[in-house]
Amino acid sequence: MEGSFITTKFNHILGWARKFSLFHYPYVTACCGMEYMSAACAHFDLDRFGAGWTRFSPRQSDMMLVVGTISQKLAPVLRTVYDQMTEPKFVIAFGTCAVSGGIYDNYAVVQGIDKIIPVDVYVPGCPPRPETVLDALIKLQEKIQNQDQEWRWKKRKY
Amino acid sequence: MEEKKVLDGLKTKFPEKIMETSSDFGDDTVIISRDFLIELAQHLNDKPYEYTMLLDITCVDYGDREPRFEMVYHLLSLSAKHRLRIKISLKEKELKLDSVSSIWKNANWLEREVYDMFGVHFNGHPDLRRLFMYDGFEGYPLRKDYPLRKRQPRIRLRK
Repeated sequence: MEGSFITTKFNHILGWARKFSLFHYPYVTACCGMEYMSAACAHFDLDRFGAGWTRFSPRQSDMMLVVGTISQKLAPVLRTVYDQMTEPKFVIAFGTCAVSGGIYDNYAVVQGIDKIIPVDVYVPGCPPRPETVLDALIKLQEKIQNQDQEWRWKKRKY
Repeated sequence: MEEKKVLDGLKTKFPEKIMETSSDFGDDTVIISRDFLIELAQHLNDKPYEYTMLLDITCVDYGDREPRFEMVYHLLSLSAKHRLRIKISLKEKELKLDSVSSIWKNANWLEREVYDMFGVHFNGHPDLRRLFMYDGFEGYPLRKDYPLRKRQPRIRLRK
């Protein structure tokens, strides 16, 4: 990683802070919501990994879980919600429908939400087991820790 | 036994209007022409039949068959505990028939759904708009000639 020693360390600390304070926004549209509920509640407990706060406003959240089928009619809404989220923001595609459209290869369904918004982690499964969701969260935390962080007064080369 | 009574009663009351009846596997079906729909619907809704519950309105696209479309009405009589099905064949060129939303209120949305998916027009419908698909959607997706892979996204897709 480029930059001076202090900048590098700050980058590390910022990643550490960000990965353990994910405020998630559940964008639940379909049956995967049941698995999301069990993953978020006491049995499997997303809170153990620092993503326990569910914010029902996109303006207060920085991780969006797109849980379920996204139809063409809903696509502009998803795009708007994503645009409203605060930076830095992360997206998890939860379940086969959100990943690729799943069994719904028809006129009504978007074939994967990455056609609308950028996605960080894909969680396959119909629906995915809660363990898979926890694994995806840990993968996302690794990604946040190791990425080049952005902050407001950072000197940029471009 | 009860089923026989309903079909026989209709046949004796409207001998030339009822085109065909059948009761295969206990499903009583009446096939009529579209001019007779409102009269039959009103008659079935009144006593003694009391088919007060309209369960579903659907349409079938038979593709190459002539007439191509067929409307299907499912009725339930709560007092007689009996179900009845009405079928009406429609040609592709004159794809319109009378609305039954004045008799059964829920026909409003059911007919909007059929209009949305098959393009059948209902005369006398209070608010005939698309129900499921969005504004600007072209074509009728449940018709057999709608392309399988055709997509009509509302926003520009990435990549």
